[in-house]
Amino acid sequence: MTVQSRKRKKAAVDQGHCVACGCCVKVCPRGAISVAYGCYAQVDESACVGCGLCAKACPADVIEMKEVEG
Amino acid sequence: MTVKAAKHWYDYLWILSTLYLALGFVNILFAWLGLLCFFIPLLMALLGKEKGYCNRYCGRGQLFALLGGQLGLSRNRPVPRWLKSRWFRYAFLAFFMTTFFLMLLRTYQVFTGAGNLREAVTLLWTIQLPWHWAAPGTGVTPWVAQFAFGFYSVMFTSTVLGLVTMVLFKPRSWCVYCPMGTMTQMICQVKRPKG
Ligand code: SF4
Ligand code: SF4
Ligand code: SF4
Repeated sequence: MTVQSRKRKKAAVDQGHCVACGCCVKVCPRGAISVAYGCYAQVDESACVGCGLCAKACPADVIEMKEVEG
Repeated sequence: MTVKAAKHWYDYLWILSTLYLALGFVNILFAWLGLLCFFIPLLMALLGKEKGYCNRYCGRGQLFALLGGQLGLSRNRPVPRWLKSRWFRYAFLAFFMTTFFLMLLRTYQVFTGAGNLREAVTLLWTIQLPWHWAAPGTGVTPWVAQFAFGFYSVMFTSTVLGLVTMVLFKPRSWCVYCPMGTMTQMICQVKRPKG
């Protein structure tokens, strides 16, 4: 079995344009995204499994699925 | 395998929002209950619950998610750039507040006797819909009824707008420019710990 450096996807929020509605919080199966200070969403990368449900639900389209090393 | 976020009791508050809209067709006085959707979010934001209302309890957002998401009544397209721009959100809030104060002014005129009760619901700030079937009986003070018609107009108009943008764009597109959402976010931005 070969071990590869795997690319994994994580949700990344454009916080400057987030409207803090929490649609992302509602759909996240891992509780990995929360709205900080009622101002913008933030992702707990260690809990995020990269499913992309939050990005799909976000009405402002401010969540991007970004590849990270890991 | 589909993984789903856990459901909570407050994920069913859309039932209350739907009931509210329906009751306005029965007796307009039920519109007064809508004040709860006005004060609860503001008080929560002011009293340290941040955006708890939007993030958990708002039944209207849930209703759009249900109709547009689960029932598929949405094209699921991104909202146009201008709709989510800061100036539009703030301008819409300002416009909304202006019309809200005009509504209060009308209520006051009816209270002082300077204006007559109009048994109509105003859709999109311009279209007068006759609504006499839901008018309260003659025993009700006219200004109380006037406020109910005015407030229901606000709720009805925003629901219709929300439904339109739900169909055209993402299910909860309304949340992008919802005046309550913008207002509570502004409060949180001001209150946010600095540094
Ligand atoms: S759904 Fe989008 S706009 Fe709403 S809180 Fe999450 S990231 Fe922000
Ligand atoms: S990508 Fe999936 S797991 Fe990660 S924050 Fe979004 S909804 Fe949660
Ligand atoms: S933005 Fe408006 S409609 Fe959306 S959850 Fe908040 S209060 Fe409800």
